[in-house]
Amino acid sequence: MKGLLFTLPALALIVLIVFIPIVFTFYLGLFHVDLKTQSAPVFVGLKNYIKLFTDQRVYQALSNTTFFTAASVSIELILGLSFALLLNKRFRFRGLVRTSSLIPWALPTVVTALLWKWIFNDQYGIINELLFRIGLLRDYKAWLGQTNTAMFSVIAADVWKTTPFITIILLAGLQMIPAELYEQSKVDGAGSLKQFCYITLPLLVPSILVALLFRTLDAFRIFDLVYIMTGGGPGNSTETLSSYTYKTLFSFLDFGYGATLSCFTFSCILIISVVYLVFLKRGYEY
Amino acid sequence: MNIKKVVLFFVIVIFLLFVLFPFYWQLICSLKPPLEIFTRPPEFFTKKLYLKNYYDIFTSSIPFLNYLKNSFIVALFTAIISIIFGCFAGYALGRMKVHYKNIILGIILSSAMFPQIAIVGPLFLIFRKLSLLNTYPGLIIPYCSFGLPLVIWLMMNFFKDLPSDIEDAAKIDGASTIQIMIKIMTPLAIPGIITSIILVFIFAWNEFLFSLIFNTTQAMRTVTVGITMFPGLYEIPWGTIFAASSVVTLPVVIVVLLLQKRIVAGLTAGALK
Repeated sequence: MKGLLFTLPALALIVLIVFIPIVFTFYLGLFHVDLKTQSAPVFVGLKNYIKLFTDQRVYQALSNTTFFTAASVSIELILGLSFALLLNKRFRFRGLVRTSSLIPWALPTVVTALLWKWIFNDQYGIINELLFRIGLLRDYKAWLGQTNTAMFSVIAADVWKTTPFITIILLAGLQMIPAELYEQSKVDGAGSLKQFCYITLPLLVPSILVALLFRTLDAFRIFDLVYIMTGGGPGNSTETLSSYTYKTLFSFLDFGYGATLSCFTFSCILIISVVYLVFLKRGYEY
Repeated sequence: MNIKKVVLFFVIVIFLLFVLFPFYWQLICSLKPPLEIFTRPPEFFTKKLYLKNYYDIFTSSIPFLNYLKNSFIVALFTAIISIIFGCFAGYALGRMKVHYKNIILGIILSSAMFPQIAIVGPLFLIFRKLSLLNTYPGLIIPYCSFGLPLVIWLMMNFFKDLPSDIEDAAKIDGASTIQIMIKIMTPLAIPGIITSIILVFIFAWNEFLFSLIFNTTQAMRTVTVGITMFPGLYEIPWGTIFAASSVVTLPVVIVVLLLQKRIVAGLTAGALK
């Protein structure tokens, strides 16, 4: 009984702030709530949900969000793993490397977004200048102004922000692998590649899966970066589920449909979590 | 042997460049006069240190100091409350008998996966009715519920690993559970508590979405939203923005530099256990 009481404040807070609003959101989606007109909510049944499945913008947002998540998570994982493997040696400045890795993660996303918005600036951005000097670009590009490059720019910013974080997590996972395994395999005649495939990778799978889970969820929920770098544009090419939901709620002030969009986003996250947790269980059974 | 060292050196240099160059770029641009910022091609260095950008952020029409104050108050109280609630829950889940432990743990951990955008709408309506918009508690309360899962997870694992002999001895001496927890176990858990405070503070300081939606008045706005609001007559005042960004990130960077080991330990414990 006492144990339960100790957990009660935290539990109550979490249930009140996180769970109850979610339930309320599902209920709210059944109404037409227009905050502009201050009129009372009108029960419309499943009308909002029907609109959800015929809304072209939802499919665009879902496709953008999925693309962003898949691209950034895979790039971050590959880069992060490469860096972690390469940095997994004892060297003098390891502390410095780890500390600097934390800085992109510790910066407010707002700051990162503004910074990269400037880096990708069409007239004064440093990316344009660097690519131009190397010769990869014939002239400066309007990265955030063209529909085919805007998403790429947002992904680049997210990769910068998160890869160091992934590197640290994987590095810690690598350091938990006992050195004797490598020594023994060397005695048995295993080369680096075999060591990687049969020792490193399998033992790293749990860390990778956990990092993947949180990164995928975070990427799917992305808001700050998109809102500040592109506002969802140009032409909805970078609009994510979160930014569309935000606009519906607080620009159009349509809380009924906004609630429906929230439910949709929540359901997607739920599906992703369940899929991952199933894989996680299998990964631990190694 | 030598080739490996050279390769390692190059990897480290590339990694550091990748990680630090944008941050350096922000710092340098904050010290450039507008003419140098808006030139093409951009220069990597600046000849003189132009400090007016920093002066401007405190004299512009934006109450920047006020925003800093708001962010600090919100982050501080979020950290304090999260630690207190989180330690009690973590201690209970780690060392005491708790009914329905797995269900409770499941609820707490799954809440970390919920999309904030899904919560923000109804919470806005509820807080509006309760007059909690544009207040400190209006942000502190949601931030605590987001920070608690991490704190509870960290402290639970921390408390679990502590040896039980001291606890047993105290029980024999007749100490109550609360006495044991506060006077004996908590001091032993100080490393975990410090890590938790850092992580929660950083999270609350950096938060954007809820602050954007809940605290919309100039009096109560936090600094993360405030940075996006510097006005420019004809173009975006990048120099001022980067000066403000640098000011905002300075405390965070200092904390990271000083407490890097703790932060990494906390993050990896969260991910690996």
